[in-house]
Order: sequence, then C-alpha cells, then structure tokens
Amino acid sequence: MNKLNFLKPDRQNLSTFLYIGSFLFFIAVFDVFLTSFFKTNITSFLPNILSFLLPLILGTIGLHLIRIEFSGIPKLDLINKNINTNHFNAILTLLIIFTIIKSTPPILSWFIIDANISGDTKEACTGSGACWTYIKIWLRRFVYGMYPNDLQWRINISFILLIALAFVGYFATEKLKKFLTLYYVVIYPIIAFILIYYLISGGSFGLMWVETGAWGGLSLTFIVSFFCLIFCFPLGMFLALGRRSTLPTLRYVSVGFIEFWRGVPLITVLFMSSVMFPMFLPEDFFMDKLVRVIIAISLFEAAYVAEVIRGGLQALPRGQYDAAKSLGMGYWKMHIFVILPQALKLVIPGIANTFLALVKDTPLIFVVGLLELVGMLNLAKTNPKWLGFAMEGYVFAAIIFWIICYAMSRYSQNLELKYKTER
Amino acid sequence: MNIKVRKIIPQLITVLVVVLIFGFFTFNAQINMDNRGIEFGFGFLSQESSFDVQFSLIDYDGSHSYARAYLVGLLNTLLVAFIGIIISTILGVIIGIARLSPNYLIERSAAFYVEFFRNIPLLLQIFFWYFAALRALPLPQDTEPMFGVFFLTIKGLFVPRFVWENLDILFYSILAAVISIIVIKNYARKLQEKEGKQLPVLYISIGLLIILPLLTFLIGGVSLNFEIPVIKQLSAGSYIYEGGLGIPPELIALTLALALYTATFIAECVRAGIQGISKGQKEAAASIGLTPNQVLKLVIMPQALRIIIPPTTNQYLNLTKNSSLAAAIAYPDLVLVFAGTALMQTGRAIEIVSITMLTYLSISLSISVLMNWYNKKIAIKEK
Repeated sequence: MNKLNFLKPDRQNLSTFLYIGSFLFFIAVFDVFLTSFFKTNITSFLPNILSFLLPLILGTIGLHLIRIEFSGIPKLDLINKNINTNHFNAILTLLIIFTIIKSTPPILSWFIIDANISGDTKEACTGSGACWTYIKIWLRRFVYGMYPNDLQWRINISFILLIALAFVGYFATEKLKKFLTLYYVVIYPIIAFILIYYLISGGSFGLMWVETGAWGGLSLTFIVSFFCLIFCFPLGMFLALGRRSTLPTLRYVSVGFIEFWRGVPLITVLFMSSVMFPMFLPEDFFMDKLVRVIIAISLFEAAYVAEVIRGGLQALPRGQYDAAKSLGMGYWKMHIFVILPQALKLVIPGIANTFLALVKDTPLIFVVGLLELVGMLNLAKTNPKWLGFAMEGYVFAAIIFWIICYAMSRYSQNLELKYKTER
Repeated sequence: MNIKVRKIIPQLITVLVVVLIFGFFTFNAQINMDNRGIEFGFGFLSQESSFDVQFSLIDYDGSHSYARAYLVGLLNTLLVAFIGIIISTILGVIIGIARLSPNYLIERSAAFYVEFFRNIPLLLQIFFWYFAALRALPLPQDTEPMFGVFFLTIKGLFVPRFVWENLDILFYSILAAVISIIVIKNYARKLQEKEGKQLPVLYISIGLLIILPLLTFLIGGVSLNFEIPVIKQLSAGSYIYEGGLGIPPELIALTLALALYTATFIAECVRAGIQGISKGQKEAAASIGLTPNQVLKLVIMPQALRIIIPPTTNQYLNLTKNSSLAAAIAYPDLVLVFAGTALMQTGRAIEIVSITMLTYLSISLSISVLMNWYNKKIAIKEK
C-alpha cells in the first residue's frame, strides 16, 4: 500500500511532485510543438503508436502529479480548479492544447506564410497557401457587384449619408428628443428610399440609370437587410398586437398570417415572389425584382418579429394593463406609452436574433437572380481565368459575415444592459 | 352602442381588406392564365414527368408521373432532415454540456464553436463544404480505403451495403422485443409500488433486444451479407465504385452544414435548460441520499427537459425548413425537384408553389400540434 501512496500527490512532498509533474507536462507539450512546427519527432525510436500517444500519456501523468488539493500556491490551485479537476478533464485539457498547437502551423501557413497577395493574375499565386490576389482583384465586384466602376461613388456617398443620418439621435437636443421615434420610424426610411432611388438607381438629375440586376455584392447585402429590417419591425409589431387583440377577426387573420409565413422556408417564399407573384398582378404592372424580394423577406421576417414581440407582451404583468386603463387611457395610448416601451425592452435579445437571421438569410436572394456577396463569389469562382479559388472566396465571405453578425450580437447585448430595468 | 361600433368597424375593415386582396389576386391570376392558355388544375400530376433525378430512395425514372417525382423530392428532404436532426442533437447536447464544464478550456472551446458557426450564413457554409472542402477529396482511383471498406472520394462516400434475407422476420422479432419490454417495465413498476422490489429492467431489456433478433438469425432463416463497393473503370481516366451504397457529395455537404449549424442552437437550448434548474434542486436531491447519477436521471433531467424540448423542436423545424437550401447545390430535394425542374417543365407556377408551401406548412403545423400536446402533458400540474 505504501508504494501506491507514493504515487498519490500530497502536500508533504509538494515541490517534488510539482517539479516532476510540470516537467512531464512540459515535455509532452514540447514534443507536440516540435512535431507540428519543425516536423522533427524526438520519440521516433519508439514504436509508431507509442510515439503518437506518448505526449498524451506523459501529460496525463504530469497533470496527475500536480493535482494537489489546497497546495497553498494560488496559481497552482487556480490551474487545478479550472483545467485539472480529474483524469477525464485532464485528458480533455491536453487534447485541446494539442489540437491548438497542431492546427496552428497549417492555418498560419495557409493564411499568411505561404499565401500570395502580389500581382494581378492567377500566375502570381505560386505558394501553396491562399491566393489573396484573387480577392484583391475581385474586391470591387465583391463589394459593388456589376455596378459600373466609374459610378460606384454614388453607392459610397449614399451609404455614408445613411450612416451619418442614423446618428442624428445622438445629437438631438432634449426638445427634439420626442420626435426621434417619428424620425426613425417614418422620416429616416423615406430619406433612405429617396437616396437609394435617386442616387444609386439613378435615371434622373442627369445621373445614369443603373438597373437593379447590376447591383450586387456586399452593398446589395446591406441594402436588402436595411430595408427588410425597417419594414419588418413595424409590421411585426402590428401583427403581434393583432394576435393579442380581443377582436376575433383581427386575431384570426394575424394568427393565420404569422403561422403561414413561419411554416414555410424562405427559399419557397422567394420562389413564390419570382414565379407565382407576377401571376397575381395585372399584366402591364411591372414590379422590380429587388422590390419583390424586399417585400417577400420583410413579410417573412415580420412573422418572426411578431412572435418575439408577442412573447414580450405576454411577459408583462396584467397590472400594467389595468393601471393604464384605470388612468383612462385608450387602446392606442395604453400601448404606445405603457405597454410597448416595456415589452420591447424585454425582447431586445429576441429581436436581435431575428435581425441576425435576416442578415444571414440575404444570400438566398440568389434564387431570383440577384447576386449579393455569396452570389458574386459563385460567379467569380466559375470565371475561367480564376478557377480553383473557391476556398479563398468562401473564407473571405465567412470572415465578413462573421464580423457583421458578431458585431450585431455584441451591440444587442450592450442595448440589453443599457435598457435593463429592475422590476 | 358606441363600444359595439368600435368593435365591429375594425373587424369589418380587416375582412374587407383581406377579401379585396384575395379577390384582386384571383382576378388577375384568372386573366393571366386565360391569356397564357393555362387551365388551373392538378391534372398534370399524373402526367409523365420525363426528367431524371440523380438520387432517389424509391424507384424512379423519367417514365413515372409528376406525383412520383414529388414523392421522391419529399423523401429526399425528409432523409436530410432525419440525418441532420440526429447528428445535430448528438453534437448539440455534447457542446451544450461542454459549455457548462468547470474546465475553462473546454468551456471556451465550446463557446468558440457556437460563436463561430452561428454567425456565418448557412448557405455560405453549405457552399464551403460542397465547393471547397469536398472538392479537395481524392479521385476514386486514388482513394485509400478507410477500415478497408469505406471509400471517401470526390464523387461521394461509398460504404458497404447490407444484403438482408427475410428482413421482415427480423422486424417482427424486434417489435416483439419492444412490446415485451414495455410489458415488463409496467410489471416492474407495479411490483415496486406494491412490494418495493426492484427488477433489473435495463439488463432484461438489453438482453431481450439482443437475444430475440439473434434467435431469428439462428432459426428464422434471416441472413446478412455485406456488399463491398468495388472500383470499376468506365473509360480511360474515369472510375466509379460499383456495388455498395453510394452517398452523393451533395447529401454529405448538406447534412454536414445543417448539422454543424443547427448544433450551435441546440447547444444553447441545452445550456439554458440545465442552467434553468436552480442549484437548490441538486443540493436537495443530494441531501436525501441520491447518487450523482440518480440526481441527474431523476431530478435534473426531467425538469431540464421541460425547458429544453420546446425550443429544440423549433430548431428541428428550422433544420427541416433550411434543408430546402439543397436547391443551391443541386441535391434533389422537394424544392429542386418539384418547385425547380417540374415547374420549369410544366409552367404551372401557382399549383406547384402552393403544393410545395403546403407540404412544408403541414410538416411544421403537425409538429407544432404535437409539441403543444407534449407541452400540456409535461407541464407542471399546479393545484
């Protein structure tokens, strides 16, 4: 029994266990580091399988030896508590550390070391890594689509103006604050529409007309998400109120609408807007592809927004309704001043999720032939001069979308904290 | 009087608007169809489809009807959804539990996975797997077999096919095993309630499930053979595997992307569910002497499942609906076969799009009806 106890770490021989354990652990990590970064295997004299498993075995023993409870060394206690609670955890910890070390060299070499960015043709890409030249050359197309090169300032200016106008709220004085909601819900969308209609689309004031089929790339992603976002929110709010209404017809119509759109995939909705919807319109009536798509996505997302807002409305205690009514407020006054401000605060995370889903759904507009970022990538991929760079394109788009979505979710978390009220 | 009017007028307006919109649409559709010389009707479903589908679970070729093509598409959609749901559930539960791990590294890795896959559009992920990742696989003639029988090539994954004889007898035996397990379980519960005796139900059930089907192999004439895929040369430089089961790369890319993407959402549901159980429950259960396994099985999971299952079902529904993205990589699902090819050939936009939408709608609605029934069943009965 004594011999077994010798292997059981305790506080008496703290430093011995600590030194041996950490030495074994570092040997294990060092071995993996050498094999993955310098391709030298220091344990090659051992049989294959043993040499492969050795770091894991050594690391597990090492971590076992330093697992000393209440050692009195704060850092060691912290390590033990967080990554080394038992054998199973120790092995998982080691596996994660090894995976990170092993995957670093190939990722680094693909992204940076063996990658190329110079030159203008496919021939410039000689390394075994990524060919960022491809992204560099096609960047204009990825951002602006088929929009004519010398007219792209129009997109830039309208986007800068739109962003600037969005920040008006921060500079409004106390007196003007009460008009902010009106500004954001009614005036801002109208300005945005006018900007996009006259500046990006053109056709008047001496600006050349650019058909929507030529729009594309990241700017189209932004335009589509922006308008759908603006339209689906009020629509969803009315649907939510309709679903909670005491008037039966209103309620049934809202329920039917919401359940219908929530039950079908977006791709069939877009199919409908492109092949079925024109059948429902008068023959000489023409509606632009982009407009149809924006209407379709807005209606689709409105149903989801409605369900989220309904959750908020249901979460409010009855007392709020009763209190508002007892003050003599009517239906609209009650909802605008008492119910909705509180309900919307509650559902900020849900609405943010819906908006995120909306942005992630925009690539689907390829169904009707509009090519935003992902669509442009697929077009560029089939260009005979630039075959074989699908990976670079998708990684690029993934990074862009990831940044947009991650930023949005962080912003919604901020909003949530900002508007959090104790109840 | 006043109140009555205020209640009736908005309703009248709503009905009027709905009727007007529908009337307008039907009117226009009638005119448009008259102009193009199309009759509204579903007669085309029995016509010969005369197009082929690459991948089908049932017998199908161009000589079958459009209705059969619809069935092929529907089955392919359900297949993707089924595989995707299984993989994403397993992955989601593992990652959801990993996010609650006391181990800092595991928790961070799980969080990284969730944040990474959740914030990239699903369509982009499907394209990535199909056009970038799976295209990097070797050609059939250069493929090294995995475990000697699996061949992962650029043309898909080829696995051995099971060749059964008298499969129906095996099915009956499994059915018999399941029924007897249910009977034994009920009997064991009664026995425990009445006399306090416990039967080893788990071991008995496992034994039954193994022994009964095994008996059919020995006595019932059931036999199982493996048909291993063999490489075959079609022409110079073009090879393909014959025999065995070929899983097309479209299916692999689609299920992989769907499962990885949906798993992030399921992981969050699982995490929320387990976190939603207050610590006091765990401590109370431990203090009455339950073992950690019993705590998990009898106290935590029944309560956590109540929180986890409704949003998870929602994710299953989303997965099923998202499987329609198959159209983008030419996997022959309902949307591609029916709303794509069949629509192009017949030009019957209204009928085909409505059938497609109704199909998805009925899948969603039936699942939500089931969900509501389940919710009512497991809801805490308050006195």
